[in-house]
Amino acid sequence: MLQQAFNGLVGGAFYALLALGLSVIFGMLGVVNLAHGAFYMLGAFGAFVALDSFGLNFWLSLLLVPPLLGVAGIVLERLFIRRLTPLDPLYNFLFTFGLALILQDLVKREYGVSSQPYPRPPALDGTVDLGLFTYPAYQVFVLGVSVLMCVVVWVVLTRTRVGMIVRAATERPELTGALGIDVGRWVTPVFGFGIALAAFAGVLAAPMRAVNPLMGADLIITVFAVVVIGGLGSVFGSVAAGFAVGLVSALGNLYVPALSQILVFILMAVVLLWRPAGLFGREEAFR
Amino acid sequence: MILTRLARSGRGGWLLLAAGLVAAFALPWLIYPPVALDIACWALFAAAVDLLLGFTGLLSFGHAAFWGGSAYCTGLIALHTGLPFPVAIAGGAAFTALLALPIGFLSVRLSGIYFAMVTLAFAQMIYFVANQWRDVTGGENGLQGIPRELFGLDLSDSFFFYYAGLPFVLAGLFVAWRIVRSPFGRVLVSIRANPDRARALGYPVDRYKLQAFVLSAALAGTAGGVFAIGHGFASLEGVYWTTSGQAVMMVILGGIGTLWGGAIGAALIVQLQDFLATAGFAETGIITGSIFIVVVLLFRRGIWGTARHLLAARRTPAAPADVAAESRKSVDTPA
Repeated sequence: MLQQAFNGLVGGAFYALLALGLSVIFGMLGVVNLAHGAFYMLGAFGAFVALDSFGLNFWLSLLLVPPLLGVAGIVLERLFIRRLTPLDPLYNFLFTFGLALILQDLVKREYGVSSQPYPRPPALDGTVDLGLFTYPAYQVFVLGVSVLMCVVVWVVLTRTRVGMIVRAATERPELTGALGIDVGRWVTPVFGFGIALAAFAGVLAAPMRAVNPLMGADLIITVFAVVVIGGLGSVFGSVAAGFAVGLVSALGNLYVPALSQILVFILMAVVLLWRPAGLFGREEAFR
Repeated sequence: MILTRLARSGRGGWLLLAAGLVAAFALPWLIYPPVALDIACWALFAAAVDLLLGFTGLLSFGHAAFWGGSAYCTGLIALHTGLPFPVAIAGGAAFTALLALPIGFLSVRLSGIYFAMVTLAFAQMIYFVANQWRDVTGGENGLQGIPRELFGLDLSDSFFFYYAGLPFVLAGLFVAWRIVRSPFGRVLVSIRANPDRARALGYPVDRYKLQAFVLSAALAGTAGGVFAIGHGFASLEGVYWTTSGQAVMMVILGGIGTLWGGAIGAALIVQLQDFLATAGFAETGIITGSIFIVVVLLFRRGIWGTARHLLAARRTPAAPADVAAESRKSVDTPA
C-alpha cells in the first residue's frame, strides 16, 4: 500500500506541474490553456527528437527543451493570445483548443500514433531502497525534482520582487498598473514560463510514460478537474490538489480499480457541491 | 432548414424557410446520402450547443457526453429490445436529459470559463465510464450492428433512411426555435446579457440555466441517437472531448446566437472531413484546427452572423437578434 501511495505521489507530481503552469497562466492572463496538454506532449517529443536526431541525452533535454518551448509560448502569446485577451475568455479557450488539435495531429502525421521508446537515463536506472520497499530510482528522482520545482516557484512568488509583482498583477491588475508597474510587460514571460513548465513535465514523463501524440490529451482534462478542486487561480491550491488527486487515484486503483479513472471527477463533483470556488479558491472569482 | 432564421423578421423569412426545407429534402440527391445524414445530425447538435452558448451565455464543452451517451443508450435499446428505432431514439434522448440533470445542477453553479471547464471534465468522466464498462458499451470496439427496425420496413439504403431520420432533426430544430422565441427563451437571453439584473428582477437564474441545459442536452441526445441508428454503431469517439469541441466549432463558424448558423457550419465541416477522408488525409485536426483558429481570431461573427450583420446594415431597424449580438460584446468588455 505504501508503494501504491508512492506511485500516486509520482503521478500527482505531473498533475501538480501541469496544474501549476495552468494556474499561473490563468491568474495572470485569464486564459484557460487547452493546449497545455499538447505542450506537455511536445516536451516529451522534444526529448525524443533530441536523443534520436541530435544525440542529446536526457539531462541536456531537461535543460534545453523547456526553455525552447517556453520561447515558442512567448511567440504564441505575442502573436495571437494577446489579441484575444481583451475579449470574452471563451475565445482564448477556443483558440487553444484549435491549437491543441493542430499540434496533436502535426505530431501524429510525423510520427504516427504508436508510442516511441525513450530509455531511462543510465544514472537513474537502478532502484532505491526506501527502507520499507525498494523503488525505481527514476521515479524517486521525478518526485524530488517536481517537489523542488514547486517549492522554487512558491519561493519566487512569495519572496522575490518579481513574484510580488506577478502576484499583485494577478490579483489586482488595474491597481498594480496604477501603482506604476507595467503589468503588460510581465504577461508574456509568465505565459512562456507556464508553457515551459508543461514542457518540463513532458521531458520528465518521456522515460516513464508512453511517448505518443495523444499522451497530453487525456491528461489535460484530468488536470482541469485538479485545478477546479484546488481552486482556479490559486497556485498553492492547484499544487496541493495535484498531489492529493494523484494519491487518491492511486489508492482508489488499489481498492476500487473499476473507479480509478473517474475518482478524480467524483472528487470534483463533491468539491463543487460543497465549495464551488474550490478548496483554496476565492469566492469572488465566481459569479 | 438552413436559412429559416429570418422567418421571424418578415416576408423574406418565409422564402428562406422554404429554401431551407427544400435544401434539407434535396440534400441526399446532391451529396452522398450518409454524409447528408451526418450533416443533418450535426446541424441539430450544433443548434443544441447554440441554445446554451448563444442564448444563455454558457459554453458547454461537454456536450459529447449527451451526443455520445445517447448514441450508446439508443443503440442498446435497439440492440436488446428490437423496438422500432424512433422509440430507441426517444429513449436515448430521455436518458440524456436525466444524465444532464446532475451534471447541469453542479455545472450551472459556475459561469463563464469555469462552466466550460467543469462540463468538459464531466464529459471526460462519461468517456472513462464508457471506456471501462465493457460489458455494456463494448469498450474500444463500441456497439456494433445496431438495427434500423421500423415495422419491418426496409431502411437499409441510407438514401431512404435519411428521410426516416430527417423528421427527428427537423422536429428538434423546431423545438429549439420555439424555445428561443418563447418567453422562457427571452429570459435566457436576459440571463446571458446580465445575470445579476435577471436575478434582481426575480428570475431564479440557476433554475433557468439548468432547464436550458437539460433541454439542450435532450436535443443533442436526439441528434446523437439518429446518428447512432444511421451509422449502425456507437463508439467512444462520440463521447470524446474533441466531439464537444467540433460542435462548438460548427456553432462559431456558423455564428453564435443564430441557431441556424450551426447548420451551415455543420454542412461545411462534415463535407470537409468527408473530402479529407476520401483523399486519404487522416490528420484532419490540422485543417479543422486551423479553420477554428482563423474564425476565432478574425471572423468571430461567423457566416450567418456576418450575413445578418450586412443585411441589418442595409435595413435601418436592426434585427432583434443583432441586439443580442451586441450585448454579447458588452460581456466581452465588462463596462
